Amino acid sequence: MSPPLLGVEEEVQSSVSSPSVECISENGMGLKERNYLGLSDCSSVDSSGVSSNLNLKATELRLGLPGSQSPERETELCLLNLGKLDEKPLFPLLPSKDGICSSSQKNVVTGNKRGFSDTMDGFSEVKGYVYTEKSWMFHEAGSDSESPQSVGHGKYPGNSGVNVILSTRSPGVQASVKQDEPANVLQEQPRATNGTSLKQTVISNNNTGAPAAKAQVVGWPPIRPFRTKTLAASSKNNDEVDGKPGPGALFVKVSMDGAPYLRKVDLRTYSTYQELSSALEKMFSCFTLGQCGSNGTAGKETLSESRLKDLLHGSEYVVTYKDKDGDWMLVGDVPWEMFIETCKRLKIMKSSDAIGLAPRAMEKSKANNKKEFGYGC
Amino acid sequence: MVCKSWYEIERWCRRKVFVGNCYAVSPKMVIRRFPEFRSIELKGKPHFADFNLIRLKRMVVTDESLELIAKSFKNFKVLVLSSCEGFSTDGLAVIAASCKNLKELDLRDCEVDDLSAHWLSHFPETYTSLVSLNISCLGSDEASFSALERLVGRCTNLKTLQLNRAVPLDKIANILRHAPQLVEFGTGTYTADVRPDVYSDLAGVFSSCKELKSLSGFWDVVPDYLPAIYPVCSKLTSLNLSYATIQSPDLIKLVSHCPNLQRLLVLDYIEDSGLEVLASSCKDLQELRVFPSDPFGAEPNVSLTEQGLVAVSLGCPKLQSVLYFCRRMSNEALVTIARNRPNFTRFRLCIIEPKTADYLTLEPLDVGFGAIVQYCKDLKRLSLSGLLTDRVFEYIGTYAKKLEMLSVAFAGDSDLGLHHVLSGCESLRKLEIRDCPFGDKALLANAAKLETMRSLWMSSCAVSFAACKLLGQKMPRLNVEVIDERGPPDSRPENCPVDKLYIYRSIAGPRFDMPPFVWTMDEDSGLRL
Repeated sequence: MSPPLLGVEEEVQSSVSSPSVECISENGMGLKERNYLGLSDCSSVDSSGVSSNLNLKATELRLGLPGSQSPERETELCLLNLGKLDEKPLFPLLPSKDGICSSSQKNVVTGNKRGFSDTMDGFSEVKGYVYTEKSWMFHEAGSDSESPQSVGHGKYPGNSGVNVILSTRSPGVQASVKQDEPANVLQEQPRATNGTSLKQTVISNNNTGAPAAKAQVVGWPPIRPFRTKTLAASSKNNDEVDGKPGPGALFVKVSMDGAPYLRKVDLRTYSTYQELSSALEKMFSCFTLGQCGSNGTAGKETLSESRLKDLLHGSEYVVTYKDKDGDWMLVGDVPWEMFIETCKRLKIMKSSDAIGLAPRAMEKSKANNKKEFGYGC
Repeated sequence: MVCKSWYEIERWCRRKVFVGNCYAVSPKMVIRRFPEFRSIELKGKPHFADFNLIRLKRMVVTDESLELIAKSFKNFKVLVLSSCEGFSTDGLAVIAASCKNLKELDLRDCEVDDLSAHWLSHFPETYTSLVSLNISCLGSDEASFSALERLVGRCTNLKTLQLNRAVPLDKIANILRHAPQLVEFGTGTYTADVRPDVYSDLAGVFSSCKELKSLSGFWDVVPDYLPAIYPVCSKLTSLNLSYATIQSPDLIKLVSHCPNLQRLLVLDYIEDSGLEVLASSCKDLQELRVFPSDPFGAEPNVSLTEQGLVAVSLGCPKLQSVLYFCRRMSNEALVTIARNRPNFTRFRLCIIEPKTADYLTLEPLDVGFGAIVQYCKDLKRLSLSGLLTDRVFEYIGTYAKKLEMLSVAFAGDSDLGLHHVLSGCESLRKLEIRDCPFGDKALLANAAKLETMRSLWMSSCAVSFAACKLLGQKMPRLNVEVIDERGPPDSRPENCPVDKLYIYRSIAGPRFDMPPFVWTMDEDSGLRL
């Protein structure tokens, strides 16, 4: 539409051919080349510091839910996938934020709508921030500098691969001067074609394993809601016609008292209460392991199976569900087939709360729904 | 802009207006500029928002808006609402009642509040100008069949009629009887108890539709009724069976009857075997879309793999547009496909499980997609999936010079990936990214590129709030919108990644009618937030 665009495109083109060119900055505003931010003093940043102030510890982290992934998801694909940035400072003026990539991929791969990483252990609450939703924010605990420093290379706190970024406060001053080439960091990581990671890739992609509870990624695969609804309705009609065990999935939300986020399970992937119960145990074991500390169990050691069962079956927790009528019921009373027809939602409650289930449980669940997102512990 | 007089001539002559991004344009300006326009097409929400990623209302078209249109434009002729929501059948009733010259009413993929099917009766008895009606998105348990039949009967120019699911099979015959001139027809529910009289009635009526080229609908298909459409199959160029839950053998029989098929939408029930038959029967095929029947299942429920796509790319020399959902892929297959079919213009592959590697070699699928962009020189649209590193973006940046739209999910390793795309893809207009480790660097370094594009969507990536603010401040011709349901972004540290980011060029400045969880970063963003 306007001439400057052409100019931009040419810029773009040239940048492709010369890989070492820095930022494309030419735009109609007459900003300087190499630095659209109009920073005059680039020199301090130019020194192609492959400054490795990035705390390499960040790369050692295993991100994702502690011990709670379904078997396919144990692995740290993301960390292993880090490629190398060119050693040359491609973005000399820009802050790097490469540590974060690991967590982002991981959280998503586990399919949690609201994921958070191991590193949350070490957190100190950043003011005003509640870890409700998908938390990339693992790095926040470390970033003491709330007001981003404009100059110099700050220390990067442990756990954090993410650097403080721009200073936008003083207009005249340079922004984004964090010069952090993460090259070192990234080189640590083997590519996905590496042997170990391959295995892990296999595991994670091996869908022929037991149909464990599969956490659902929001909005994936990219299918319009209209289509999903339509197919779900169709599948009900076609159940008998096909002779197949109903192609539609039956996802219900599962919440657990004290857990910061919910999960979803497809009830059709189980055929008995036992299977469902095992899957739930696996999904929620982390929350019974001192992470929340609500039940007094100490430590983060992996629980033995029997211990888990105790927690969920024994005295500690009961599994309840909300039926079509909106009543909260104890799981296990009706035949499995009837159960999946009527179950709308699952809830893992503390046994103490579940006494006198129907009336009291309803009250409780209403109250708890309000604080679903907080750390219940 | 060539010159002022050209501008003036153009604006007075323009009859059709297409707004690809309604947020970027002010309605007042459109109206002022094009006082004589007769047809308007509006697109709103970013594509990735379709998939429940946000509750942001897309093109919110309220009943009041529809009323306004109806009252203000007496000669209104064409209304196409694509994936819109916010209106109900009441609004449609007003349109029907007021727009005496309405020729096209197309509600594709909309979410309509279905209050009553009687809105159809609001078309006056004197109204006969309808040429195209697409109400396939409507639900409605009861449908006003008689009103529909009468409407269809008196609109003798009707060429396109796409019914909704509520219209039962036995009503179709009557409707079609009134409109043998139809070119495009979408059935309602295609199921009923098998009765010979209903069947022969239907088959007879289809036989009389000599112009019919396109069929769709087919909800809840009962295979026994499918042969009723055989009389029209040889002329069919477009067939949408993507809601037809029938198995491969029935699908195979059907497509074997359609040698002139150019466009096929189907569920993965067709399986590799069905696609092989398609490849040998339908040599004119240009577009294929294969949707998953059980997208959320952990295991494959049908035998549809990369082989099906290979077969079609091998057998259909005119194939140029593909949307394919499957569960496994290999670089080898992709390279073969690319070599066979360098004329692809749209290639969208969705491997259902994120980050799935090449199932043969366990490598990333970089090389496969690289081959696609390298061989398919006219590729305009590409959607990636599977395990992908920065390398694939390098290929894309290097080769995909005609690429206009790119969709990326769960891919890449670092900002380098994004940088390759932004710096290399000269024709890029729309870029949508979710769950990738792309952060501030690439974005800021390529800020100027954003002004050459229609829009950029990034969700669950690693772009910090501070970078968004900076972009907003420095790039006044861009609207930088942060979408975050956790609360105001400034309640978190600046280096926190934002949840969702939508950047688009705009001549209308920041918009002010956003929902509460959308924040615009502009020059004052430092002060306003």
